[in-house]
Order: sequence, then structure tokens, then C-alpha cells
Amino acid sequence: MIEHALKGDKRYWSWVATLLAVMGIGFFFYLRQYNEGLTVTGLSRDVSWGFYIAQFTFMVGVAASAVMVVLPYYLHNFKEFGKITILGEFVAIGSVVVCMTFIFVDMGQPFRIINVFLYPSPQSMMFWDAVALSGYLVLNFVISHITLGAERKGIAPPKWIKPVIILSIPWAVSIHTVTAFLYAGLAARPFWMTAILAPRFLASAFSAGPALLILVCLLLRKLTKFNVGKEPIQKVAIIVTYALAINIFFVLMEVFTAVYANMPEHLSHFQYLFVGLHGHGNLVPWMWTSTVFGLVALGLLIVPKTRRNETTLVMACILLFISLWIDKGLCLIIAGFVPNPLHYVVEYVPTLPELAISAAVYAMGLLVVTGLYKVALSVRKQL
Amino acid sequence: MSVERRKFLKMAGLTALGLAGGAPAKVLGQDNAFADTAAEAVVKPIERSGALTAKRWAMVIDVRKCQEAGECTKCFDACHLTHNVPDFDNPKDEVKWIWKESFEHALGDQDHEYLNDAVKHAHMPVLCNHCDDPACVKVCPTGATFKREEDGLVMIDWHRCIGCRYCMAACPYGSRSFNWRDPRPFIEDIQPDFPTRSRGVVEKCTFCDERLARGQLPACVEACEAGALVFGDLEDPESEVRKLLAERFSMRRKPGSGTQPEVYYLL
Repeated sequence: MIEHALKGDKRYWSWVATLLAVMGIGFFFYLRQYNEGLTVTGLSRDVSWGFYIAQFTFMVGVAASAVMVVLPYYLHNFKEFGKITILGEFVAIGSVVVCMTFIFVDMGQPFRIINVFLYPSPQSMMFWDAVALSGYLVLNFVISHITLGAERKGIAPPKWIKPVIILSIPWAVSIHTVTAFLYAGLAARPFWMTAILAPRFLASAFSAGPALLILVCLLLRKLTKFNVGKEPIQKVAIIVTYALAINIFFVLMEVFTAVYANMPEHLSHFQYLFVGLHGHGNLVPWMWTSTVFGLVALGLLIVPKTRRNETTLVMACILLFISLWIDKGLCLIIAGFVPNPLHYVVEYVPTLPELAISAAVYAMGLLVVTGLYKVALSVRKQL
Repeated sequence: MSVERRKFLKMAGLTALGLAGGAPAKVLGQDNAFADTAAEAVVKPIERSGALTAKRWAMVIDVRKCQEAGECTKCFDACHLTHNVPDFDNPKDEVKWIWKESFEHALGDQDHEYLNDAVKHAHMPVLCNHCDDPACVKVCPTGATFKREEDGLVMIDWHRCIGCRYCMAACPYGSRSFNWRDPRPFIEDIQPDFPTRSRGVVEKCTFCDERLARGQLPACVEACEAGALVFGDLEDPESEVRKLLAERFSMRRKPGSGTQPEVYYLL
């Protein structure tokens, strides 16, 4: 099937060439980082995780969100999702590749990463995250390969794939839960040490991921003969709406607990994000942008008229994706380190090499998804 | 971890013996018992005569005595020189094992507006607390950082560390540093009897395990002329550290984090 990804028109190849160019630039910066060390990033003793780990966290959510189309389709036999389920699974594959690469570029000794498997340490959440992510990649690869292969031959997929698909549902939930446990289990970082972190991660993921899927489907409709139809989009939009509402509810619960309880160790991180702390407030405009975008998106999604109108739906999806990216892919990780455990406020700003490397990692994910989509659409003769 | 390491050494020893001694042993018609006893001899922990040993190493820092010494930096200098700690002269790349903090930052949760001046303006050395239940060890995905069971030292295997910095996120004391860049050009006076680190690994105070093995006290303790740093076995009721803790009021950093730090501050 993979040969379909190697044939395409001029538009396809220029898109691939653009992605390769972004990857090339990023690779050049990565070589610099590899030679000089992580000193080329904005990271420091005080903020020791930053942009890379934040992107990893955000993209684990996007990967997990495939379950929002897989579950209704396979568990509830919701036929309308037939066309988009494979798209969701391919987004999951691309996202997991992105996640793993972000971990790789964040390592001080990247070629020792195999030590995680050579010296398995079950008491470490990072070990479980590595297990969960690799497992999820394999599951999605196997499922999409088998189901699409059967579709190409015009036969029903083999029976054994069904339990594998069922397994992928709790597995998707587990990848984001374990990722939340990475942070929520640290007594040293009160900002993350909240029982609601994992539920919140899932809610934001199940909102941002399917919103991305809506945008992808509409884009494919514009660029190709692939038409997912109006109804499935609307059904996904309802999932997005509920998940966003739940996410905002969870965030408000966190804010209430921190502000009302007034414990300095918990409150100071929220102060840093929303009003600034000791004159430092790099993230304040970002956090407010995220808040406003999130609320506007929720409004557009809740009102049936604007949800059904595809123009306003697209607007809502873009706004909420940006909002949740700022929240999880920027603020959540950085604010966990500010102030630091010794009550110092040391800020962090990603550097150009860091951003270029991140862009390259994303480009690689896009390349994977592009190739996989090309295969899927070629098999269905919908290009 | 130390058990695993010993197992590894044993295997390595057996393999080496198998390669080197196995063939002649066969020729001579001897059985493998010979090889086994030889291997046991190889893997026996090195008992250095005069090594300092304890069941639970701990440090007691007399903040008052430290204050009386004024702007002294002897313990920091001695530690950083002994352990080839680089000096980058910028806070972003900084590596430090022991340094000075004010009461507010070191023991911050007990800070208040009307605190007496002696305490408020007190500065004290901070370092790795060699916790009884170390958060850094729990999170390490490779076992590169581990607690030595025989005496409680929290150590790092610089050849296994993958540089993920999870331990830095988990440490409630900010005691860990990362080698953001190659430290070697920034070490003024390289000490050949202690390893330098490569970039991309985490490091911190080791309670001078290498000096203890030679029968010496930690470098900072030895360097402190004011006698403000006292090092000893917490499980020995006759030790200096236990006597001081029995006599004076002491505090530990962030007791609420549940890590059971083993560095005590006398105020």
C-alpha cells in the first residue's frame, strides 16, 4: 500500500518538499544542539523542562484523542464515523511519532535512551510512559494497516483485529493518564500535584484533538474528492463542545482551589500565569489569550446556530486549538517551574534553535500523516 | 541498584575468568569450583583499611557558627575544586553542588515579617539532602540515580544517566544541576583523581563517597574552619551529629515533601 505515498501530483510533491525543507533546517539546528549541548535552548537549572516537553505533553493528547472517533465507531457501531476513523488513527500515529521525537531531542544523552528499556524501572512514571506510547504506536499501526488493507481488497477485516481495537480504547486513555502522572506525582511541584491533572488532560485532549480532525476533514474536502459529509462533522463538533466545556470546568476548579485555599505554594504559579509574580509575567498575555479564545470558542460551539454553520465552526475549532495549545503546550509545563522550589522567579523563553527543532519535529509528524492520508485516500480512490 | 551492580561485576568476573582461565583449567582436568571461588574473591567489596563507614550518613549545619565566620566560602570552594565543578559565570548554565541561601529561600516556609534579625539575615549552605526517601530516585527511568542501601548516600551513575532531567523536576530542594554544555573547558584546575562529567548528564553533591572510602571526611566538612559542618552516623547514638540534634533545636528543609532529608540545620 505504501507505494501510494510515492506517487502524486505537483501539489503533493511541493507540500512534501516544504515539509522536508523545514525538517532540514531543524536538523541543522539539532546538529548544533547535539554538538554544543542543550545550552542552545532557553532551559536552565531552574526551568529544566520547556518547549520540547510541553509539545510532547500536548501531542500525547492529540494522539489519545483518536479514541473519540474509534470508540463510537467500533464500540457503538456508529456508522457515520466510518470514513473518519482511519483519519483519526493516522493522526494518532503521526502524533506518537512527534511525541517520541520531542522526548528524543530533549535528552541530554539521546543515544542512551535505550537504557530506559535495558534497566526497566517500574517505579518511574517515565518508564510507563515509554511503554504506553510505544504500545499505542504499535496498536494504531496494526489496526489501521489491517482495516485499510481489508478495505482495499474489499473484504471484511479478520476477526482477531476486533479485540485489538477494543484494547486500543483504554490504551488511548492510559497514554494521557500516565503522561499526567509524570507531573501529578511530584511533591516538589505543587502546580502539577493535583488529582484533577489527568482528567483535565483528557478533557483538553478530547477537545483539541477532534477539533483538529474537523479542520483536517474540511481541508481534505477542499483539496481532494474526499467528503466526510456534514453529519459526522457535526457529531464530532458535539464531542468537541462537551470536552471543551468539561475542560474549562476543570480549570475553574483548579483556580478556585488555589485561590480560595490561598496556600502560597499553590497560588504563586497561578499568579505567575495570570497576573505575573515579583514583576515577572512573560506568560500573562499568553494565558489571557488562551482564556479569551477558549471562552469565545465555547460560546460559538454551544450556540446551535454557530456550531452548525461551518464558517463559525471552523473559527471555533481554530480558536480552541490555539487556546488549548497555549494552555498545555506552553503554560502548564513552564509555570510548574516558576517560581522554583526555593521561591525564586526565573523565567524561560525558548530560543531560535529550540523553535526551529520543534518546527522540524512537527513537520516530520505532518509528513507521516500526509503519507498515510495519501495511502488511505488512494486506496479509496478519493483523490 | 548496588545488588544489580554486584551481580554484573560477578558475571563480568566469571566471564573474564572463563575466557582467561577456563581453557587451561579444563586441560588440567580441574572442575569449575576453582573458577567460582576465584570469582568470589574478585567480587568481594573492596574493604579499604581505614574507610569511614556508617549505617546512615547525615550532616548537621550549625547556622550560628556559619554566621560567625562571615563571608566565608571555604566549603563551596573546597567542594567545587575537589569535584571538578565548572564555573560558567552565568546562571543559565550553572552547575553547583553546595551554595549559600538565605533563611527565606532555604527554609522559606518558616519565614515571617518579624523574624529576628539574626535568623532573617542568616545565610546557610544548601546541598543535596541525601534523603531517606528520595524523590529523584523514585522518578529516574533508568536507575542511574540510586540510594546506596548500606549508608544512605544518594548517588548518580554518570554513564547511565540519559539526561532526561526528571530528577531535577522531582527534587524539592533544587539540588541537582544539569550539564547544559561541556563542562571541561570551564574547570580552572582539573583534579585528576575525580572524574569530570560529559555534557548532558545530571550531577549533585555525593557526600564525598570517594573521600569516605579513603577514610576522609567530606571536603566541605574538612574545609570548614568554623566547625559549622558536622558529619556523622545518624544511627550511632554516640555520634557527634546525634549529640548536636539532641542538644539543639534543628530544622530540615521542606519536611512536608515526605522525602526525609538528612541534612539538619541548627538555629
